[in-house]
This record gives sequence, structure tokens and C-alpha cells, in this order.
Amino acid sequence: MNNKFGALDSVRSLDAGMNKKKWIKENLTGYVFILPWLIGFLAFLAFPLLRSLYYSLTEYTIVGDPSWVGLRNYIEIFTDDPKFWTSLKVTFYYVVFAVPLRLASALALALVFRKARPFTNFYRAAYYVPSILGGSVAISVIWRQLFSSQGAFNDFLVAMGIMGDRISWIGHPDYAIWTIIILAAWQFGSPMIIFLAGLKQIPKGLYEAAEIDGAGKIQQFFSVTLPLLTPVIFFNLIMQMVKMFMVFTQVYIITEGGPLNRTLVYAVYLYRKGISNGYLGYGSALAWIILVLLTIVTIVLFKTSNKWVYYESEGE
Amino acid sequence: MNLTFSQKEKIKNILFHVLVGGFCFFMLYPLLWMVAGSLKTSGNALSATLWPQAMQFSNFLEGWRGFGGVSFAVFFRNSFFIAGTATVGQIILASFSAFGFTRTRFIGQKFWFAIMIATVLVPGQILRIPQYIMFNQWGWVGSFLPVILPQMLPVPFFTFLMVQFVRGIPKELDEAAEIDGCSKFGIFFKIILPNLKPVLVTAGIFRFYWSWNDFMTPLLYLQSVTKYPVSIALKMFSDPNAITNWGAMFAMTFLSILPTIILFIFFQRYLIDGVAFSGID
Repeated sequence: MNNKFGALDSVRSLDAGMNKKKWIKENLTGYVFILPWLIGFLAFLAFPLLRSLYYSLTEYTIVGDPSWVGLRNYIEIFTDDPKFWTSLKVTFYYVVFAVPLRLASALALALVFRKARPFTNFYRAAYYVPSILGGSVAISVIWRQLFSSQGAFNDFLVAMGIMGDRISWIGHPDYAIWTIIILAAWQFGSPMIIFLAGLKQIPKGLYEAAEIDGAGKIQQFFSVTLPLLTPVIFFNLIMQMVKMFMVFTQVYIITEGGPLNRTLVYAVYLYRKGISNGYLGYGSALAWIILVLLTIVTIVLFKTSNKWVYYESEGE
Repeated sequence: MNLTFSQKEKIKNILFHVLVGGFCFFMLYPLLWMVAGSLKTSGNALSATLWPQAMQFSNFLEGWRGFGGVSFAVFFRNSFFIAGTATVGQIILASFSAFGFTRTRFIGQKFWFAIMIATVLVPGQILRIPQYIMFNQWGWVGSFLPVILPQMLPVPFFTFLMVQFVRGIPKELDEAAEIDGCSKFGIFFKIILPNLKPVLVTAGIFRFYWSWNDFMTPLLYLQSVTKYPVSIALKMFSDPNAITNWGAMFAMTFLSILPTIILFIFFQRYLIDGVAFSGID
């Protein structure tokens, strides 16, 4: 407690019995306050997570009871489930293109909006709108129509003479995944706002110093802006990556994992196998595999971050 | 040609508006296309033009009728109920727990706090199957409970966000109130909660958005059409194999994002500051 009221404390502590009571009361109060979180954590996270570890070691379908099979699910997944490998490949493909595209767009626009001009606030808000709508069913429904064979995208291509025939972009084995990657890139609004906040933190003096040293605008970007922004880039990278690894709604609605499983991302496969088809044990194993994989990727990113993320305390 | 400084600035500004404005139009085109589509005749709804030849307001009436004898009034009511309860519950309970983590002392505080931080990034998808089994055993499947309750109890992200905010409120305020004989609960409700307003608004809006847009949990747990939220209804309503009335589909799609857009227009400041402060997405 603060010194100001220290005297009061020492008077209280004269009575040891009262102190014990106070101690119990303090602990109880603390737990009452965190109780809502604690209930949520135990009931909806810890308990299901541990249960699923057990289920992953059982054969368990929606009609029967779980029966112990040891590592059989895992062995089957790794050795005898081509769809598992397909879904991993599709998910990595998606993440590897969608995350950098989104972050690059976010950074580019943040740099544009860095200098206040008339209507900057309006533009910033407008560019942010896709971010708040992106996860909605509405946007997925629009996207599906936009890139369907009758959709507006074909109208443009035909009108500009790029394409003679209309094709269904969401039904094409090579392009379907790209309609979803573009949708992800389209939602660059929130990383853009985070970059803008990061750019504001860079001291102006550094640019003045760089200018005196004769650095041009481009050189300033690479020697001042980019290094000082690496912590923010890193933060955005982790957040976006974790989110995109588990993309579900957009794929489920736009392509349903098709055509030919070319857009079968992991979360859709997990849902299909574990819930639609009712293989609860097998699905639990799938869930644990992606959780471990995601943890490994995150740890690796954190480890490599010492090499490229610039922390001020080290530099000065 | 020699240009003065202000002339150069002017040209730069014009160039900025042409490029940024043009790209902005390109970005917002899908949304404008949807709004236009809601007013076009069904046969024409998918064309690229943004100008409907005949304003077909009847699309809204036709769409509103819904399907299976259940109108969109029911779906909207369900969505408002789900998202509203989740939002109010989340901001009160998360701030309550955040207070516990910052302003009280108890055994195991550091441990629980570390656990909370560690679970921020656990994706919900991982938990779907065991949660489904659990709710099934509890007999909750088919009710709103498994959809609302997990979104109502403090999620790590919002709790952490509020912890950050509570830390910024001077402790002297608590101490003065304590001298006046205020209990911890009194301090929370009278001192901390009113001071949390900005973060409550930010967290509240995001909670509302996420719950409003939530698709997977209602897909799993709600089985009767009369309990469907807008997100599920829209998916059913827009099934490309069954639909013929594209205008009506666009009209309902448009209505489904209207609450989001309205909240955005009114609370833009809170949203953008919230994103910048917390990295919310």
C-alpha cells in the first residue's frame, strides 16, 4: 500500500487475528472478481482442450462411445489420409500469399496516409470498412457472386477485352484459391491502422539526421522507417498468421473447399471430418495436430525475431 | 516549366486524390455493387453496373419474407438477442475480472494471469469438437446457451485489453475511496467502471461485430429455423443452387451488414483508436 496511508496499515496490523481475517477476505474478494474469467477458462477452454486430447486417442463417432485406440488416429492421419496433406498444403499456400499481401497493402497505405492531407480521415475510414465486414457471411456471399460466371468480375474482363468467355472463378481449380486470397488481402484495414500508430512513434529527429547525412526518401525508408517498424510488423505477422491459419467461414461459403479440394483449408476439413461426418476422435486428433503445428510456427517466428526485429533498448 | 512550391503541393494533392480516391472506389466496389444489386431487377442483379435501371424497392419486401415461413424479422431479432447479450455480458464481466487481476491481491494471481495471457492466441476452431460433445452431454444443443455463454464470459483478449486500461487509472482514486469505507466492489462500480468508458465502447463494438458475424457456433448448435441468426439465414437464403431472386438476396445481404455499418459510423473514433491501442482485429 502507498506510504501516505502506511500509518493506517500499521495500526491495523496490531491485531493479528484481524489480519488473518483480512487476508482471507482479500483472497476471497480477488477470486470473486476473476471468477467469471475462471469459469469461462475452465469450462470452455481447459476442460474441452484436455478432453479432446483424450478423445484424440480414442475411436469415437457420433453414434458410439469412445474406445481407446492409442495413437492409431495420429498414425492414420500421417500415413493414410491424403486429404490431411492436401488441406495442410492448401492452408500453407493460402497463408504464405494472403498474409504478406495483406500486410504489404496495409503498410503501403499507412505510408500514404502518414502525412495529413484533406480527407485523409475519410479515406482511412473507408479503407478500414472491409476489415470490419470481412468476416461476415454477407461479404462471402457477395464474393461468391462477384466471381461467379455471371458475376461482375467477368463483366469487366469481357468489357476490357481481356477475356472472351466468362468463367466461374470460384469453380476453377487453379483460380478458386485466389478469390479467397484476394478477399483476405482486401481486409488490410486493421493492420493499416496499427502501422499508422507505429509510424507515429518514430521520432522525427531520425529523419532529419538521415537527411543531413544525405539520405534520399527511399534510403530513409529502408534505413529508418522499416527497421523501426519491425516490432509492429512482427506483431501484425503473428496475429494475422494465427487468424488466417484457421480461416473457415469464407471458404465454407465461397467454395466449400472445392473444386477438387483445391481450397480445402484445414478448418474446413476439420469441420467436415470431425463434425459433419461425425468422426469425433479422429477430428480431435486433427485439431491437436494443427494446434501443435501452429505453436511450433509461432515459436520459430519468435526465435527468428531476434535476427530481424529491432528493439530500441538494444540499439541505443 | 517552373512551378512554385504551393503549385507543386497542389499538383501533389490532386494526384493523391486521384490515386487514393480511385483505389478507394475500387476497394469499395463490392459493397457498392451489393447496394446497387439490392435495387436492380432480379435478371439484372449480377451485372457490373452500379446504376439500377428501375428502382426495385420490392426486393426488400420479398427478401424480408425469408424462407420456410420464417421472416427476416425473426432472424434479426435472434441476432440482436445473441449479439446484445454477448456484448453486455462480455464488457461487464471482462472488466470485472480485469479489476480482479489488477486491483486485488490473492494467492495464485500471477499464475492465473500468465495462463490468461498464454491462451490469448488459442484459436476457437480447435475447441469446437470437444465443446460440441460437452454441450451435447449437457443437453444444450438446440438452445442459445452454447452460442451465447462462451461469448459472454470474459475472453482472454478483452480481459487483457481491460487490464491494460485499468492499470492506467491512478491508484490514488482507489485508496481515497477505501479510506471513505468503500469496499472493493464499491470501488469497481463507482470508480473504475466509469473510468473505463472508452475501452468498454471499443470492446463492446468488437464483441458485437464478432457475435453478429459469428457463423460457426450457430451452425453447430442451432437446429430450428426460428432460432437462426441472420448469418445462418443469409447462407441458407443465398444458396446458389436454389436461388432465383438475386435482387432479394442482395437486399437481405445489405440489411445484414447495416447494423455493423451504423455502429461504425457512430463509433469510428473509438474503433480506430482501439485498433491502434490494442492491435484488435
